[in-house]
Amino acid sequence: MTASMPLAKPAETIRVNGEARPLESGGLPALLRGLEIDPAARGLAVAVNGAVVRRVDWAETTLNDGDAVEIVKLFAGG
Amino acid sequence: MQGKDKTDSFTIAGKDFASRLLLGTSGYPNRQVMLDALKAGGAEIVTVSVRRISLEDYAESMVDLLGGAYHLLPNTAGCETQRDAVLTAHLAREALDTPWVKLELIGDRETLYPDGEQLVQAAEALVKDGFIVLPYCSDDPIVCQKLIDVGCAAVMPLGAPIGSGMGVCNPYNIALICSRSPVPVILDAGIGTASDAALAMELGCAGVLLNTAVAKAQDPVRMAAAMRHAVEGGYQARHAGRIPKRAYAEASSPQLGLIGT
Repeated sequence: MTASMPLAKPAETIRVNGEARPLESGGLPALLRGLEIDPAARGLAVAVNGAVVRRVDWAETTLNDGDAVEIVKLFAGG
Repeated sequence: MQGKDKTDSFTIAGKDFASRLLLGTSGYPNRQVMLDALKAGGAEIVTVSVRRISLEDYAESMVDLLGGAYHLLPNTAGCETQRDAVLTAHLAREALDTPWVKLELIGDRETLYPDGEQLVQAAEALVKDGFIVLPYCSDDPIVCQKLIDVGCAAVMPLGAPIGSGMGVCNPYNIALICSRSPVPVILDAGIGTASDAALAMELGCAGVLLNTAVAKAQDPVRMAAAMRHAVEGGYQARHAGRIPKRAYAEASSPQLGLIGT
């Protein structure tokens, strides 16, 4: 994995659905690709640091060290 | 059909629905049984939950499965704080492109009872944000009134604890809430069998939302059909105007011309 910063420093991480992951370059689109999530799939939603990121903004969304990302979809429910 | 009149439209937030039975989508033996049960129940509005995707298993979406055929009502089930419930509602709005939300804000995980105080505050925030809020609430007339006052499109008092199957434990409260509410009252939670759903409708509810009673029945498809008839039967009975209860008999056959007199 490649850190986005060239200097040696503590690895930058983000949390995705509660699990720590190394921060990689490419922002939200790269994260979704890495998770094999089709960004065009229906019924998906993403929040970063407690705020929903509209789908139209996904392509432009960058991620920073310490960000908390939630990726949700619809499941069975009562 | 006899007995139909303008009171027969079931309208929530200006949208008309043909079916007064709302069904959950959880806990069925398998996906096909769920689909068959939803169909047998004649449900139009079905509830779904919003959950973190499993990072290992990116399964088929409920939207692809049900989206075309049903009005999907996302819930905030399991949320214990206003923050989580409001964020879940916002995520649901983004995921489904719908402002409709079944707002659920539980006070503790054992009883799954709604936290009335937080519920009213979260409902108010979501209504201000343009949501159509259908809150799952206790059968407390004052909590219901507060939810109505902050702009909820319906109120959904419980008949009994979620999944308990105990029916309508306080029919007097449900009747009182129905008699005072300017918005539809949908009995949500506690239904065990068809007579419970019929009773809820006879008490004046505009609809019934249930899940476990069908999903966990030995024959979910058959129970869904039973619920459909019960909701319809209870509704018709309510509006047919029942006879008053009386303590003593009153003969139904004519008393004159009886032989042997």
